Amino acid sequence: MTLPAPNPAWADLLDALTLQRGYTATVVTLGTTALGIAGGIVGTFALLRKRALMADTLAHASLPGVAGAFMIATALGASGKSLAVLLPGAAISGVLGVLLVHMLTRTGRIRPDAAMAVVLSVTFGLGVVLLSVIQKSSSGQQAGLSTFIYGQTAAMSRTDVLVIACAAAVAAVVIGLILKELTYASFDRSHARVSGIPVGGIDLTLMALVVLVTVVALQAVGLVLAVAILVIPPVTARLWTNRLRRMLALSALFGALGGYTGAVASAVFERLPAGSVIVLASGGLLAISLIAAPNRGVVGAAWRSARLRHGMARDHALRALYELADRSGGPWVSIHELAEHRGASPRSTRWITRVLSLTGYVQRNAGRARLTPRGEADAKRITRNHRLWEQYLLTFADVAPTHVDVSADHAEHALGTDIVAHLERALADRGALPDRLPDHTELEGAGA
Amino acid sequence: MNPPTPKPFDAHPEHDPSSPVSIHALTVAYHRKPVLWDVDLDIHAGRLVAVVGPNGAGKSTLIRACLGLIPSATGNVRFWGEPYREQRRRIGYVPQRDEVDWDFPVSALDVAAMGRYAQIGWFRRVSRAHKDAARACLNRVGMLDYADRQIAQLSGGQQQRVFLARALAQEADLYFMDEPLAGVDAATERAIVEILAKLRDDGKTVVCVHHDLQTIERYFDDVIMLNMRVVATGNVADVFTPDNLRKTYGGRLTTLDRAGHALGTQGG
Repeated sequence: MTLPAPNPAWADLLDALTLQRGYTATVVTLGTTALGIAGGIVGTFALLRKRALMADTLAHASLPGVAGAFMIATALGASGKSLAVLLPGAAISGVLGVLLVHMLTRTGRIRPDAAMAVVLSVTFGLGVVLLSVIQKSSSGQQAGLSTFIYGQTAAMSRTDVLVIACAAAVAAVVIGLILKELTYASFDRSHARVSGIPVGGIDLTLMALVVLVTVVALQAVGLVLAVAILVIPPVTARLWTNRLRRMLALSALFGALGGYTGAVASAVFERLPAGSVIVLASGGLLAISLIAAPNRGVVGAAWRSARLRHGMARDHALRALYELADRSGGPWVSIHELAEHRGASPRSTRWITRVLSLTGYVQRNAGRARLTPRGEADAKRITRNHRLWEQYLLTFADVAPTHVDVSADHAEHALGTDIVAHLERALADRGALPDRLPDHTELEGAGA
Repeated sequence: MNPPTPKPFDAHPEHDPSSPVSIHALTVAYHRKPVLWDVDLDIHAGRLVAVVGPNGAGKSTLIRACLGLIPSATGNVRFWGEPYREQRRRIGYVPQRDEVDWDFPVSALDVAAMGRYAQIGWFRRVSRAHKDAARACLNRVGMLDYADRQIAQLSGGQQQRVFLARALAQEADLYFMDEPLAGVDAATERAIVEILAKLRDDGKTVVCVHHDLQTIERYFDDVIMLNMRVVATGNVADVFTPDNLRKTYGGRLTTLDRAGHALGTQGG
């Protein structure tokens, strides 16, 4: 693959990153960063309120409004290309599109997703037709209009940046003021309404903010990609946190990063359209987060599952060593015998004993293994828990499964000291403590 | 559709102000098909009231219509003699658990604190006092240890307890609960029933949609037997009879009868 521009020098990149690549580049970078913040904040609630696709419908439905506003303004003799005319037009027709979705859904015959798809495509089609009508009637003048479809970030002016920054500030202030109610209404609409929260008004406010962000995003990223500004940052943020406030802050941060990266990239590689690069950068952040986020990321999940499996294998091996040694009377157990007892392969058994010997729980010698004092203490604890649990299941089988539905094998890892104490008490009351239970006092020294 | 017409033969045209809930000629329809017909009833203060009936009998509909969550075609509901708006603060609600998205990024404490939001008012943050109150409610339902857990990490029974804690945080005098015991484990059921009894002993009124006929007599004082209309209502001992059950559940219960349902051994 060849890049659309010659490889830039590192100096160019540094200049762009530090906003020293000329006036236009600086304006664009500030504008897209502010836009990212606005989108990240408003998008968080659009996402939580399950309104993500609504933003897309709104953006597409704004095109007939842009064309219509242009036609009316030129008919009245004003300049049709002024943003003060076009953006209100976009907002009005976008909102009409959303209302149309509501009406279609309300008939009960069209599902919301289908209604959105219908309105989105039909209004967009109408917009394209209107644009071509304009093109035929007033030659050349409409050139600016089609930029709303894909956006034209490079054409951003200082005023545009101020408008975007104001929009971001308004979004942040409004959401900050009604954060409590907005959260409540988004989480549990019925309950909020019963408590006297005006959920209709809250919804309208959120919709107004979505309109605001979408409209200011039209020029920068275009109506096709406007939805990305609202949706990708909060989706990314959600991967990193379970807290709403943190999600809001991270979403704003990821939005800003996406806007900034996109603008810098298009300043360095001059033919790359900034709008698309912003969306790609945000998508890249999302991909990284999907892999790397600690709780919801793929790597984190795989790591936790591997650790659990390893922990179980280790505990089983320790218990098997203890039981075999207990049975045969001597401390040394052959790896082969151990593997058979565990019902595992000799290879995995060799591996686990090697790990245990490295951590000081097991001593190995010529195909045999024995527990070290430290390993024995831990093995006693594990064996004890296991037998207590087994006995509990046997004794209280009619009650236990509804309370704790884990098998004895799983449970021996999960049992905390309070549960173990409870098990002991329950079994002692029934006179059903298992025989040959490893001694409690020897356990004290384990310290594990 | 049907305009609300006053019924000339109504013996109680005035709503009784001592009655926490007084429902008058309430009819609710979805898409013109009535699901609740002409409901007339008074709920008495300080009682644990069960709403029972087969699927589609309109149990949840009754509660949701009382709370104004769905429009009623005719009739009205008064709380202590006044419309819902006037008494909102005194009314708590526990919706069905599956009505919300449990993946929502809030903690158990956040959800319990929502019960206080209406009291806190606009533009104010949740103060320490309100958080402490929410914590106390979590403690009452045995969920204090899970206060900071994200709600998706809770079991179904624990989620139900959090919902109950939110309702307790409202400090209401009247509670509507939509199947608070549905799908919870035995320990949670015991805990919730204890809390309900405690509320009743404190003079509160609790109206629960309930599905387990076997526990009605043990848990509740009064029962509303519903099947698109009120079949019977009153004290459990008087009203919860095999005859009324048959009327409420139609053909379905005869099968249960044959299967040796516990109804034959009432009073156990």
